Amino acid sequence: MTRLAVSAPGEKMAAVQDGGSEPEGEKEPQPELPSDGSSAPAATPASKPEEQQQQQQQTLLAVLQFLKRNKLIESVDALRREAGLADEPDEAPGSEAGGGVGGAAAGSADSADASALLSRVAGAAQSGAASAPAKGGEDQPDVSVVLSAYSQQGDPSLYQVYYSGLKKFIESVLDCHRAELSQLFYPLFVHMYLELVYNNHESEAKAFFEKFSGDQECYYQDDLRVLSGLTKKEHMKGNETLLDFRTSKFVLRISRDSYQLLKRHLQERQNNQIWNIIQEHLYIDIFDGMPRSKSQIDSMSGSLAGEARREANKAKVFYGLLKEPEIEVPLDDEDEEAENEEGKPKKKKPKKDSMGSKSKKQDPNAPQQNRIPLPELKDSDKLDKIMYMKEATKRIRLGPETLPSICFYTFLNVYQGLTAVDFTDDSSLIAGGFADSTVRVWSVTPKKLRKVKSAADLSLIDKESDDVLERIMDEKTASESKILYGHSGPVYGVSFSPDRNYLLSSSEDGTVRLWSLQTFTCLVAYKGHNYPVWDTQFSPYGYYFVSGGHDRVARLWATDHYQPLRMFAGHLGDITCTRFHPNSNYVATGSADRTIRLWDVLNGHCVRVFTGHKGPIHSLAFSPNGKYLASGSTDGRVLLWDLGHGLMIGELKGHTDTVYALKFSRDGEILASGSMDNTVRLWDAFKAFDDVETDDFTAATGHIHLPDNSQELLLGTYLTKATPVIHLHFTRRNLLLAAGSYNSQ
Amino acid sequence: MAEERRQKQCSVVLPTESMKAMAESVGVGQLQEDSCVALSEEVSYRIKEIAQDALKFMHHGKRRKLTTSDIDHALKLKNVEPLYGFQSQEFIPFRFASGGGRELHFYEEKEVDLSDIINTPLPRVPLDVSLKATKEQQKKESTEPLKAVKPGQEEEGSIQAKGQSATSAEVKGKEKLRMKPRSTHELSVEQQLYYKEITEACVGSCEAKRAEALQSIATDPGLYQMLPRFSTFISEGVRVNVVQNNLALLIYLMRMVKALMDNPTLYLEKYLHELLPAVVTCIVSKQLCLRPDVDNHWALRDFAARLMAQSCKTFSTTTNNIQSRITKTFTKAWLDDKTQWTTRYGCIAGLSELGADVIKTLIIPRLAVEGARIKAVMEGPVVSNIDKIGADHVQSLLLKHCASVVAKMRPAPDVMEQYRADFGYLGPMLCSHVVKARAQAALQAQTVNRTTLTITQPRPSLSVSQSGGVGGSGGPRTPSIIKVPSSLTLMSTRPATPTQPSPPATKYIVMATSAGAASTQQVITLSSSQSGSPVTSTVPSGSTSLQPLVKLESGGGTVAGSRPLQKYIVVSLPSSSSSSSSLEHKGGTTATSPVTIETSVKSERSESPATHTHSPH
Repeated sequence: MTRLAVSAPGEKMAAVQDGGSEPEGEKEPQPELPSDGSSAPAATPASKPEEQQQQQQQTLLAVLQFLKRNKLIESVDALRREAGLADEPDEAPGSEAGGGVGGAAAGSADSADASALLSRVAGAAQSGAASAPAKGGEDQPDVSVVLSAYSQQGDPSLYQVYYSGLKKFIESVLDCHRAELSQLFYPLFVHMYLELVYNNHESEAKAFFEKFSGDQECYYQDDLRVLSGLTKKEHMKGNETLLDFRTSKFVLRISRDSYQLLKRHLQERQNNQIWNIIQEHLYIDIFDGMPRSKSQIDSMSGSLAGEARREANKAKVFYGLLKEPEIEVPLDDEDEEAENEEGKPKKKKPKKDSMGSKSKKQDPNAPQQNRIPLPELKDSDKLDKIMYMKEATKRIRLGPETLPSICFYTFLNVYQGLTAVDFTDDSSLIAGGFADSTVRVWSVTPKKLRKVKSAADLSLIDKESDDVLERIMDEKTASESKILYGHSGPVYGVSFSPDRNYLLSSSEDGTVRLWSLQTFTCLVAYKGHNYPVWDTQFSPYGYYFVSGGHDRVARLWATDHYQPLRMFAGHLGDITCTRFHPNSNYVATGSADRTIRLWDVLNGHCVRVFTGHKGPIHSLAFSPNGKYLASGSTDGRVLLWDLGHGLMIGELKGHTDTVYALKFSRDGEILASGSMDNTVRLWDAFKAFDDVETDDFTAATGHIHLPDNSQELLLGTYLTKATPVIHLHFTRRNLLLAAGSYNSQ
Repeated sequence: MAEERRQKQCSVVLPTESMKAMAESVGVGQLQEDSCVALSEEVSYRIKEIAQDALKFMHHGKRRKLTTSDIDHALKLKNVEPLYGFQSQEFIPFRFASGGGRELHFYEEKEVDLSDIINTPLPRVPLDVSLKATKEQQKKESTEPLKAVKPGQEEEGSIQAKGQSATSAEVKGKEKLRMKPRSTHELSVEQQLYYKEITEACVGSCEAKRAEALQSIATDPGLYQMLPRFSTFISEGVRVNVVQNNLALLIYLMRMVKALMDNPTLYLEKYLHELLPAVVTCIVSKQLCLRPDVDNHWALRDFAARLMAQSCKTFSTTTNNIQSRITKTFTKAWLDDKTQWTTRYGCIAGLSELGADVIKTLIIPRLAVEGARIKAVMEGPVVSNIDKIGADHVQSLLLKHCASVVAKMRPAPDVMEQYRADFGYLGPMLCSHVVKARAQAALQAQTVNRTTLTITQPRPSLSVSQSGGVGGSGGPRTPSIIKVPSSLTLMSTRPATPTQPSPPATKYIVMATSAGAASTQQVITLSSSQSGSPVTSTVPSGSTSLQPLVKLESGGGTVAGSRPLQKYIVVSLPSSSSSSSSLEHKGGTTATSPVTIETSVKSERSESPATHTHSPH
């Protein structure tokens, strides 16, 4: 019975595949694959159910081939790890093919479980043959191939029966299992709907959607809206949301008990339709132990592709800070310096305490100092560091009792055109990106912005004089603000380099531009993203920067290379924000697929996937000690993450609109969040982290139980009149700066 | 309800009539019903798709309203040519019309007469983007140090706020000030006692105790918790005593400020908002003493001006702009015609202490005007004695400070007439001062590699610190000046000193014998007008170390031609009996101390035995 039901789609799929892509394959024979001929026949005897698996495999392998052809070895590795492919697929195709086929043949008699497992091996074995049609001339997996898995599976009229049958079952199980099994509803719903649409059962699809869409969790609203518009097979081509759903397995975490219960039920009822979907499109991460509660599940779910797999967050993350270089304070600096000689040691002590990380010992959680090459410190950087230390001694220690003062920089007359803001670390400059493609830089100190003189004038000055740095500046150009022209679309991201010599801006026109703040001209336009670049940020050590945009790929660049050094691919939606870890070894990206990923700069691996947000993530902030990450999204919630353990450790509820800005105070004790709802809120980050750290159990199992203590953690709410807060910055003395544009309406 | 909405969501498509209307508008006559249905479904789907993409642009544009440009960008993503000619406006640009059983929505485009456009007056030019800072105050902190020093002084300018009158006025309402009372730490009983003792000693009548108290403030670590109380004490004290014209107490309070500044473990920045107004008050207040014609409040002004200069140097940053704000305050008061001579003196003193650059740019251009004013008082008919004294002081102050700067500014031959032409009334006097300044500069240049014992104390000092054990506190505490008896290289905050013409200076030689150990000597030089930097040096006693002392005197002797008078007062302090003796001497000095400065300058050279104590205070 089982076999029979499945065999039909298998054949149909093969037909689709032949029609769609075979001709292209013929036009372009594949010289890269010598094993083509040998493994092609092997595919034929393979049992039918494996072909679905194989189909997916095939897509993947096509991508792998492409990457390999372009020498993107690291991406190949990353992709392979993502896909769970242990071996090099075309390493030994012949021998493995035999084993795979044999195993599959044997497995066909076994339970569906075993066959699914083995099909992976078989799929890998048949890679040569399978990938051949897919990669004929095309860079991307053929959409039709991807979709073909949705070919006819059963009687369309029965879909509603199947679904409501499962619904009834889940509602009848014990409470402890119900919450876990309810997770199945949404992915099943989506896949069944798409199957109906794909097979041209339009009216059934509509009826199905109308009947069951109301049951879905409210946080899937946005996706359901996309789905609801999609009623025709033709629409499916080129719909990215759908492709994402199809290409990535929806991940569920279910306890072993619940899973057994489900399996038994489905086998008893011989509910193959649903069982097939579970097998093909879902990834069920089974764990031993107590089933999770509804609130635990809710806190982690919401992402486009389900929760993160547990193993995705197991890699070690070196979240510690790099050792600060020893800088000897030059004694001949000024007479003032010498005057303080006596007081010096006393002054240094409080500073060291306040920074915590300045200890001589290397932090065990810190990466090797030279794990990634960092630029050498220039003399000016050292001076800046000294300034920083001096300022740090004057820093106000914040806490629930001593909240920071907030200075709000309001952009006037921008007519809703302000899209991005950044402050320099020393708070001396502000940059704004605008919808009219301009970037403007303001000086907020009395020191005006000056250009360097022209080459002709520069040749006249005395290069030996002491104040040569002062002489090269053209006094005539001094002004409070400068406008940078160059982009041809709204500027969505701006970032100052740590040494204040450069400014980065990313724009809708697909470029990231590097501007000099000495000459106020554009130095480089980094082209790589073909679509809008939503965000960019400089590394805290300069030289590197990261950018991410609509093309779902985050790129790591170095300022002196016109091509990216790393491409971080894996997100299923636009990359909406990018942040560097304080030690510059990692990059965090937030995405419209409602996940946050942490990438290792050294090898491009994705080392953390955080799920739990219910909307696109628009702000990220690392704590100054590098241990924690805060993220804010369109749903108005701020989530706190522990990078070392890969856990969610807090949820801050209070904002009623998108959180566009997050920033930790310099000591990490206060988290400030700014939002579209015209408020700045201050949270007790110290307490939020402290409450969680005491609990060992959660760390071990990964099942967090979040206390609902947002109200206790909220230290203050500050309302602007009509100015959404889009950037926050703590000065070196812990004064909070906020920025936004006044909305007159 | 929600259920209904969701169902609608699924089935919303454009009506087929719209398809027909659009088809007709582009010239397709008869459209099949089936095609219309297919088209409308397709179009609806694409529109939804575009709208979803456009939403992304809205979110990234940090807006709540979808604009036409968002749609354009979304179309661009799909490689579709954007729809040109639409601007986001507050109203929906479509008009509705019905007739002939047909309902239509259309975009109204009026025909416009070009000449109308040309002839209409131009609308207001849109304002450029600008930045404005507002502040949400949680507590007082270092970036907000100054309060109004004097009525009429400017407020802290908000950063970069351009005069965008209309809009910024609207936003102004947003500023919300919430002052939180500063947290004050509980003091332990010991600290309370200490605080009481110290403050009493500082303003009390016993000079020895005061010296020790100041010493303690200047050197003890761990006074941090008491700092807010000290600063309040000082600011309140100044407020009260200015009203009562209690010169002595004001001096004591200023000495406290000085001691606080000297303490390396204290960060005064958070308290500048209390301390600086107090200091400024002591510089520019109209009246500081009961008998302005007799009392030497000038010394207090000089001292406070030096304190101010020092704090400008130490604490002025780009954020708080202390120096420029102080400069503005002084200049403003000085430029006012009605300003009294006392305030005028204070302003000039305050400015000139800020350094040669300030003198050059602010004071020297005003010399002629100021000279005329002085002349009017000195030579004019109706003159009150007080005005005359004031004018006299201002004159000597100006000459003293300007001479060295002028000497640097102008080339060597100093012609009296030229000076008169350039500087008016003050010209000739200035000329002679400049000549002296040059002579001294030359001398300094000669003696530059001579080891001298004279060391400029970095901070202004009015006090003579006495040797340890005085007052019998029992502790082995030694005052800072004597702390490093062997180090002869302290630092000079005033590199310009050599070129400055030093008016006749008085040297005090203080011999002190600390508890049985090596006795030390201090040389304190005070210029007669009390505004030159006091010079303090300490030498361990003994014949060898006395040698440089002699050198110093002879150094002074070589310029005797230019210096009319050189006085030495040797003060010797015994280890044990000093407290009583200074008590004797200081009995009732509280009110007279500024006068003592004057008188003690006149006191003759005295090499007195151990019982005689002079404090130059």
